[in-house]
Amino acid sequence: MAEERTTATSSGSIALSEVAHVSSLARLGLTESELETLAAQLQLIVAAVGKLSAADISSVEATAQVGDLRNVTRADVVAPGLSQEQALANSASKEAGFFRVPAIQ
Amino acid sequence: MTLLEEPIRELGQRLRDREISAVELAREALSRAEELDPAVGAFLRTTPELALRAAENADRRLSEEPTGAPALCGIPVAYKDVICTEGVETTAGSKILRGFVPPYSATVVERLSALGVVPLGKLNCDEFAMGSSNENSAYQLTRNPWAPDRVAGGSSGGSAVAVAERFACATLGSDTGGSIRLPASFSGVVGVKPTYGRVSRFGLIAFASSLDQIGPLTKTVEDAAIVLTAIAGQDPKDSTNVAAPVNGFLDDLHRGVGGLRLGIPREYVESGLEPGVKAVFEQSVQTLERLGALVEEVRLPTTEYALAAYYVIAPAEVSSNLARMDGVRFGPGFPGASSLREAYETARHEGFGPEVRRRVTLGTYALSSGYYDAYYLRAQKVRTLVAQDFERAFSKVDAIISPTAPTPAFRLGERTADPLAMYATDVLTLPANLAGISGISVPAGFAEGLPVGLQVLGPYLGEAACFRVAQALETEVGIWDRMPPPAAVPA
Repeated sequence: MAEERTTATSSGSIALSEVAHVSSLARLGLTESELETLAAQLQLIVAAVGKLSAADISSVEATAQVGDLRNVTRADVVAPGLSQEQALANSASKEAGFFRVPAIQ
Repeated sequence: MTLLEEPIRELGQRLRDREISAVELAREALSRAEELDPAVGAFLRTTPELALRAAENADRRLSEEPTGAPALCGIPVAYKDVICTEGVETTAGSKILRGFVPPYSATVVERLSALGVVPLGKLNCDEFAMGSSNENSAYQLTRNPWAPDRVAGGSSGGSAVAVAERFACATLGSDTGGSIRLPASFSGVVGVKPTYGRVSRFGLIAFASSLDQIGPLTKTVEDAAIVLTAIAGQDPKDSTNVAAPVNGFLDDLHRGVGGLRLGIPREYVESGLEPGVKAVFEQSVQTLERLGALVEEVRLPTTEYALAAYYVIAPAEVSSNLARMDGVRFGPGFPGASSLREAYETARHEGFGPEVRRRVTLGTYALSSGYYDAYYLRAQKVRTLVAQDFERAFSKVDAIISPTAPTPAFRLGERTADPLAMYATDVLTLPANLAGISGISVPAGFAEGLPVGLQVLGPYLGEAACFRVAQALETEVGIWDRMPPPAAVPA
C-alpha cells in the first residue's frame, strides 16, 4: 500500500481503491456507481492540483491562517449557553434528554 | 417604479421624515418578492410575519427618535441561508440541514437587528456555499435576472439576485473564493469581500474557516459601505476577529481617485478574458485614468498556482468542518440505521449533494497519511507565496484592479458536468481569500446585455481604498440604477 501511494503521489493520480478508502473514512456511504463517477472526476482534479509540485516553495513557511492573531481568549467568566432543550431541539433522534444513536457494531 | 430602487441613504431619509413607513416599505418588498421571485428563485423562504413585526418596531423607533434612528432602521434586508437566524429555518442549501432551526442568530444578524433592519427571509445558495453558479443548491435553481437561461453566479446567488431585482435594499452573503464578488458581477450589483477577520463569523455555517468571510451585497457602493460599517468590528464570539477600528469606509468614499496608484496584474489580464469582459475592463481603466488615477502593471507571479492551492486547502477544511454533519444533532437523521456507522453513512449519503461529496473526498484525501506533505502542506506554502505577491504589489500601489471574472454569466448547465471548468470561474477572485485581503466587485458595464463587474482589491484592512475606487467608477459609469428586464415566470 505504501509503495502504491508513493507512485500515486508522484504521478498526480488517484486510484479507484483510494477513492473508496477515503470516502469510506469520510462516511459518505457511496454506491459502486457513485464511486466510479467520483473517482473519474477526482482523477482530473488531482491531476490539476498536482501542478503544485512545480511551485518553488523552498524558501517559505506554511500559512494556515492569515493575520497575526495569537491565542485569543476571553475572560474566564461563566455566561449563559444553550439549554439542554435547545441543544436537543433539532435532533431527529433523542430520548430522555439525550441524543439517541444506534450501537457501535 | 418602486421605493426599493432608492439607495439606503435616500430611503432612510424618507423613513425618518415619516414620508413613508417601514411597514409600507416592508409590504412593498414582500409583495415584490411574492410577485417576481418565482421567475428567478432568490428566496428559499420569506418571513413576512417577522418582517412586519420588525417594521412595526422600526416605525415606533423612527417616530420616537427621527433624527437619532440608525441609518438602517426600517431598511429591508435578507440573509444567505448559510447565516444562522434564530427561529428561522437555515439549511445552507443542503438536505442534511432540512428543518434545522437555529437556537441563536449570527452576530451579523444580531447587529443588524439591533439597528432596526427588516428581515425578509433566507436566500438560496450553493450547498454549504460550495459552487460558482448557484446550481449546487439542493432546493432550487436561481436564475440570472438579466438572462433567465444563465446562472446567477455563486455561491451567494440568491443574495445577488434579491438586490438586482430590488426585493431587498441589502443582503448578506459569504465569500470563500469569490462567492460574493462573482454573483455580484454576474447579476450587476455591488459585492464586498471584507478582509479576513473584519466581520464576525459567529453563526456562519462553516465552509472553509481560514477563508470564509461575510460581506454585503447592495445596489450602490455607498450602501455597501453603510452595511459593512454596521456588521464589522470585534466580536468575543469569534476568536479570528481582528481588533481594528471600523471607520473611513464612508469618510473617504467621495475623495475620488486623483493621485491614487492602481495596479493591473499582468497575470490576471492574460488569463483568457472573454472579449466583452476585456472591453469593459479597458473602458474602466481609461475612465479611472481620466479621473486622475495612476495606473501601472503589477506582477502576481504565483497566480498560476493559486487555483490549485485553493482546491486543496478549501476541500481539506471542508472535510474537517463537515464532519459535524452526521445526522445526530440536526437534520432529518438516519431512519432505519442499525449501527452507528450506518447511521452516519445514511445521514451523509442522503444529505450531501455531488459537489459536497467531491470536496469532502478530495479534502480527506489531501489530509490523509502519505499525501499531507504533497498536497496540504505544499498548498499552504503556496498560500504564503500568494500573500507575499500581494504584499509586494501593495508596496507599490494603493489598490489592484481587474475584471471580477474572465466571463460574464454563463449558461445554466454549461459547467456542471466539468468540475474543473466550474472551479476556474473563481480564478481572479480566490487569490484574495488565500491572502486574506479585501475586495469589491462593482458594476462596470455590459457585454452583450450581461453585467460585467470590476474587481478592486485592497490591502489587509484596506477596504477604504476599494470603496473609494469603486465609488469613483460607479459615479462615472452611471449604471447602478439600471434594473434587469421583467422576467417571465418559467412554466
